[in-house]
Amino acid sequence: MSSRRPLPVLTTNTREFWTGGAHGDLLIYRCQACGHYIHPATHFCPSCESRDVAPEAVSGRATIASFTVNHQQWEPELEVPYVMALVELEEQADVRLVTNIVNCRIEDVYIDMPVSVLFEQNDDVWVPLFQPRQAP
Amino acid sequence: MSTPTLEKNVAISGIGQSEVTRGTARWPIDLTIDACLEAIADAGLTRADIDGVATWPGPGAESAGFSPVSAAQLQDAMRLRVGWYNGTGETSGQLGAMFNAVGAIASGMANHVVVFRTVYEAQARANSTFANAMARSDQRVELPHAWYAPYWSLAAATQQALYFARYLHESKGTQEQVAQIALNGRRNAALNPKAVFQTPMTMDDYLNSRWISTPLHLFDCDVPCDGSTAIVLSRRDLAVDLPNPIIRVEAVGSALKDRNNWAQIENLATQSTPSPAAMLWNRTDLKPSDVDVAELYDGFSFHSLAWLESFGFCERFEAPAFVEGGDRIALDGEIPINTSGGQLSAGRLHGYGQVHEACLQLWGRGGARQVPNDPRVAVTSTAGGPLAGCIMLVRE
Repeated sequence: MSSRRPLPVLTTNTREFWTGGAHGDLLIYRCQACGHYIHPATHFCPSCESRDVAPEAVSGRATIASFTVNHQQWEPELEVPYVMALVELEEQADVRLVTNIVNCRIEDVYIDMPVSVLFEQNDDVWVPLFQPRQAP
Repeated sequence: MSTPTLEKNVAISGIGQSEVTRGTARWPIDLTIDACLEAIADAGLTRADIDGVATWPGPGAESAGFSPVSAAQLQDAMRLRVGWYNGTGETSGQLGAMFNAVGAIASGMANHVVVFRTVYEAQARANSTFANAMARSDQRVELPHAWYAPYWSLAAATQQALYFARYLHESKGTQEQVAQIALNGRRNAALNPKAVFQTPMTMDDYLNSRWISTPLHLFDCDVPCDGSTAIVLSRRDLAVDLPNPIIRVEAVGSALKDRNNWAQIENLATQSTPSPAAMLWNRTDLKPSDVDVAELYDGFSFHSLAWLESFGFCERFEAPAFVEGGDRIALDGEIPINTSGGQLSAGRLHGYGQVHEACLQLWGRGGARQVPNDPRVAVTSTAGGPLAGCIMLVRE
């Protein structure tokens, strides 16, 4: 994918997610009272209503809930095909992340595949990507 | 105590639609005025009778072709003097503008509301590579697309394909079964003089069409077009004296019981279609077997499959088998769907083409594509992630 990865505006409630990779951490907000993960981040736990919520590093292990192989060249420089996926965190399946699956042949990707996080730095953004857990 | 269902006090009194093309010379506001004037005249009303206006999604949409005319623009251009107006995207999908208008009429804020949806996506695409893009790589992306764009999710197809891949995983549907949505649409479009694609499509055409983003073939994706649709909603007791037979708003489905977040909705395979459908059925004594025609959202073919199931025309994950061969959903089938050709072939009028077509069918104005046996009950729907909504219409 040779064209430039579109980057997010960093906001108060997304900055840690997009920059935790600088230290190798996938940071997800977690309720300090009951342990529930809250994504996207907010200082309110929908499980126990605690307002004590803070970012914590998770294991980075996840499972592919769904994926698509994109073939359409949406921009002139875009290299296709590539895999976009939704992954569910090992810590809490209802935290889903949009991602690309990398370091894997496209035909080897499958739903329920175990994956783990890695980071790709683009300017001030460390984009979390996922690869097979037993990556080559 | 039973829930009040005041939507039954609201009726559709008239419909209108501009030309529908793949590249128009006309301005979006003019297409909109065409549609509104036709709808107002069809209702037997005049411009002075219209005291409400609504649209979806209103101003601020991410691309020019997606929402080129706001409620304020139309109201000002037509000098409408209203008791109520509304144009917002934060509601139950495209039909949210109808639900809001129903609420305004039922509560006495307005008597005759014109609801419109204008799209200019063909023209916008001709003028800009990015006209329909959710993101572009030379600009920082704002929420909510900020969660998707860094992963090269540059258009709805890639984002939506994630739901459909999960649907196929759970339903075990085949490409040949899914194809029936596109083939049915094209068959019906051949009978619709306003459809943008009318040439026949075969199973081989479908299977050989290029991949956009698996499991979406090109022909699973709707067709950007330029056009406007307008619906006049009226107080039912006032509509009784108007020329068209009453089309009563029998029931609305505006619920969202999933998280309001594209990546986090609870059930990827169904998207958020189940809760609005359940709400609709809780607001009427009618049953799925009473429905004569269903104009199901088909922004992508898979949306129609989800709605067949959520409306209860078949069991969950049985829609691929239900549509196999295409007979059940054809004009003379058990439950005719997408009788105009839908968005896949008639053009992406974005939910309102479906409403317009449902009314044509209920009034017996379907021409060569008229569903037989005098249909009286129709449902229509919109979906896509958390933006689901549905409505049931009954001709009295």
